[in-house]
This record gives sequence, C-alpha cells and structure tokens, in this order.
Amino acid sequence: MHPRFASAIINGLLIGLTAVSLFPLLWMLSVSFMPAGAAGTFPPPLLPAAPTLANYRELFLRAGMLRFLLNSLGLAAAVTGCSLALNTMAGYAFAKLRFAGRERLFRILLGALVIPGQVAMMPLFLLLKPLHLLNSYGGVIVPGMAGIFGIYLVREYARSIPDELLEAARVDSAGEFRIFASIIVPLLRPVLVSLAILSFLGCWNDFMWPLIVLTDARLQTLPVALAALAREHGQDSELMMAGSVVTILPVLALFLALQKQYIQGLLLGSVKE
Amino acid sequence: MTRSAAGWGFVAPALLVIAVFFVIPAAAGLGLSLTDFDIYALASLRNLRFVGLHNYLQLLTTPLFWRALGNTLYFVGAGVPLSIGVSLGAALLLHSRLTRWRSFFRTALFAPVVTTIVAVAVIWRYLFHTRYGMVNYALAHLGIAPVNWLGDPHWAMPTIILLAIWKNFGYNMVIVLASLQAIPEELYEAARTDGASWLRQMRHVTLPMLGPTLLLVSVLSTAGYFQLFAEPYVLTQGGPLHSTVSVLYFMYEEGFKWWNFGTASAAAVLLFGLIFAVSGLLIRFSRRWA
Repeated sequence: MHPRFASAIINGLLIGLTAVSLFPLLWMLSVSFMPAGAAGTFPPPLLPAAPTLANYRELFLRAGMLRFLLNSLGLAAAVTGCSLALNTMAGYAFAKLRFAGRERLFRILLGALVIPGQVAMMPLFLLLKPLHLLNSYGGVIVPGMAGIFGIYLVREYARSIPDELLEAARVDSAGEFRIFASIIVPLLRPVLVSLAILSFLGCWNDFMWPLIVLTDARLQTLPVALAALAREHGQDSELMMAGSVVTILPVLALFLALQKQYIQGLLLGSVKE
Repeated sequence: MTRSAAGWGFVAPALLVIAVFFVIPAAAGLGLSLTDFDIYALASLRNLRFVGLHNYLQLLTTPLFWRALGNTLYFVGAGVPLSIGVSLGAALLLHSRLTRWRSFFRTALFAPVVTTIVAVAVIWRYLFHTRYGMVNYALAHLGIAPVNWLGDPHWAMPTIILLAIWKNFGYNMVIVLASLQAIPEELYEAARTDGASWLRQMRHVTLPMLGPTLLLVSVLSTAGYFQLFAEPYVLTQGGPLHSTVSVLYFMYEEGFKWWNFGTASAAAVLLFGLIFAVSGLLIRFSRRWA
C-alpha cells in the first residue's frame, strides 16, 4: 500500500475514534450553557443559541451543589492523604525492611486482592454502625485509609532503592523512621504522585459505597447527589448536563495536569507481574 | 529497636485498616450468607438464625436472580471482548509509525477513563434519548427509524454496553500500547526479510508477543465488568422489564433496600465465585492456546 494512502487511513480512523471519545463530553459542556428547554428540540442543537449560566446558578444557589462539591473534595483529599501515608510506609517495609513473615504476609495480601469489595459491604455496614461511622464522613474515609493495590504499587517502585543507601544511613545511626522520612520519601516522590492521583480519582468517582453510607443529603458526594438529581429532575437535560460538568471537570483537569504520572502509575500497577 | 520490629511497625497501621475494614468483613460476609439476617436482626441480634445453605438455594430458585445472572453474563460476554477489541485496535493505530499527533490522540482517547460513571450515565441518557437524542438524529440520516434505546428491553443492555466500551477502552489501550512498544524491532525486521505481509507479521509476531498482556487485561476487565452497578442504577433502575438488573444491582436492592443481608451476602459470594471461576477458565484456556 502506498504510505501516504496508509497514513491517511490510519490518521483518519484515529480522528474518527477521537471524535467519538470527545463528542459526548463536548456536547455535555455545550448543553450545560443552554437555557431550560432548549435541548429538548429536534433536531438536537449543537451549540447554545444564547449561552447562559442559569443552570449553574440554579445548581449552586438552589440545589446545594457547592456543598456536594466540597464534600467530594474533602473526602477525596482525606482518603488520599491517609492512604498515601499508610500505604507508603507499608509498601516500603515490604520492599526494604526485613521482618519475620514478610513474604508470606505479602502473598496473602496479593491473594486478598481478588476478593471483590462487595462481599465485605454488608458486614462493613454492620461494623460501622456501633462505631457511629454510618452516615458520616468517617464511613467513607476510615475504610479507605489503606489499600492493597497502593501497597503493591509502592513496593514495586521501592524495590529499586539500593540497599547500600540504607546501610550507609544506618551506619550514621539514623533511626528507621528518620531514614524513611528524610531519605526514602523524597526518592519515592514519582510513585507517590502517581498513587495520589489514582486514589484521588478513585475516591472521587466511587459511587456504590458512598451511596450506601451517606444517606444524609448534606453529606453526599457529587456522584451520589447527581444520581439523586437525575432520578428527580431527569427531564431537565440542561440542568443535568451542568451537574455532570461540575462532577467531571475537576477530575478531568487533574488528569490533564498530571497525565504522565497518572499513566505511569497505571502501567506500574498492571504491566509488571 | 530491632530491624524486625521496625518492619512490623511500618506495616502495622495499613495492615490493621485492611484487616479490620476489608479482610474480616469479607470473611464475615461468607458467614452472614449462612444466616437469615434481615431487618429484624438489624434491630436485635436475637432474631438471627443460622440457616446453612438456605439463602443459596433460595437464590437459585428466584427467577429475578437468574435474570440478573443472565444480564450480567451478557454484559461481560459482549462487553469485555468488544472493549478489548477496540483497545487493541486503538493501540495498534497509535503505535503505527505513520500516526501524527500521537500524544494528542492518546490523551483524547484516554479522557473518558477518568470521567465519573454517574455523570457519564446522565450524558448517555440524553445522548440516547428517543426523541431528542443525538444518536437517533444521526441514525435518521441513514434512514433508520428512532430506536427507544433505554425503554426497549432488547436495546437497554446494548446501550449500557456501548457506554462501558466508550468509558473503559482507553485504560486497556494504554497498557496494550506499552506492551507493543516493548516488542523488539528485530523481530519485525526478521519477519520482513522473510517477506511476511502486514497480516502475517500481526499473526506471528505482534499477537503472540502481546499474549500475556491480553490475558492480563482480559482477566482484569472481566472482574471489573462483573461489578456492573452504577450504569443501571442511573440509566434504567434495572428496567425495562428487568432487562438491566445486574447481580450487584440485585444485591444492592436485596441488602440496602429490603435489608435482607443474608440473601444479599449470598448473592455477593456467588458473584465472587463466578468471577473466580471465569478468571480461572480464561487463564487455563490461554495456556492451552499458547
């Protein structure tokens, strides 16, 4: 085949696929600026005839969207902060500190990775009740404070730290925690950024567990509130699209800003076996 | 402080959280599935009885559970191969030397992966709206009459499958692309000196070299697709005519709408068993194939 012809086909296919990938998101953005009722016409309008912020005003002033946005931000930040600290310490120890039972323990953890979280949901619900964590932010944060995948990710990365470095630090009689805080953490920075994005996005996009635990509307995250709104105001397409924009835009922006680290984390977690 | 104590000290906080809030509840879920835990037991544990395999037997005689199982298998059976096919195709296109604007394309194709499933479901409902949706409008140009995507029991699940493919293919695409880039160029050079066509290079070099990666993404995607929940919750509420009730949707309703934790746990355990069995089959088949 003529290379120019082949190039046209390949790039043409990619342009088509990209259009399919981006169209729903772009249309969501466009419809969110349309006045109420404008999207319910045939043929469907591509661009707003008279762009308006009315839907966003309605969401933030009447539907309490700011509250949901802050809930989502706060919960994702808290889960990310806690899990980063706990997973990093554990992942580093599994890679570099020798202790009895280390290998067996890690194998058990990896084995537990196959258990889908839903098996634990009903007992977890019953456990959180006496701890007064049901219908509170804690119900989302506490179970998310550590995760097997995060530990695995940090361990994979930490294994490349040379032992000589640690030995040298120990000769200087630095305590293990000081070595960790002042030498290891800076070395792990790339994987920590990856892990932070992965857990922030994971927590932000999570739906089933927050839906179960956060019954009080004031505590709900964006996806839970949006699902409730969709059941109530399903017909107001313009308003719903604005709600989707508020839900998607923060994570999409975060991804675009830290794309490289995100993809590296994803590959580190799945390609190496 | 001894070295061993330091190690344990470092792993203890994370292990404590994982044990208390994941491993023990998961084991307890197995136990709960053998009890008649319901709304009365929620009020007082004195109402709790051990019922053996009763919940499992009851599930296996409940038509709606079989329906949920069938719907879930439909979603996995069609959704996983199609999404991996799209991932593979997109990765091959991106990997081609003739591709321009590679990083732009990669970012754009990956973007749906990071979006929130609930928000995407909301978009989907509008996109596939029978009267005002863009999809029916585009089909009208091809002379196809409007399809009642989410209201017709035959079309509701395919609509959800399309959503899943759109949202997920970028993830596996990135993994397959990394694996493509790791194939040594010498293999292709050798194949070309033997006069192998593009198709033969594909069959004898690319696909065998991708084998382990394709198996990995198949197993991971299968486990993920079995956990279908948010899409039917937002788009169809399991309807029309139960055509989109998934096993997890069934479990959610049973557990958190009717508070039948015993039955819900049994459904969760059966789902786990199913994921485990299908993953095992995939791995076994791929060994025989290789």
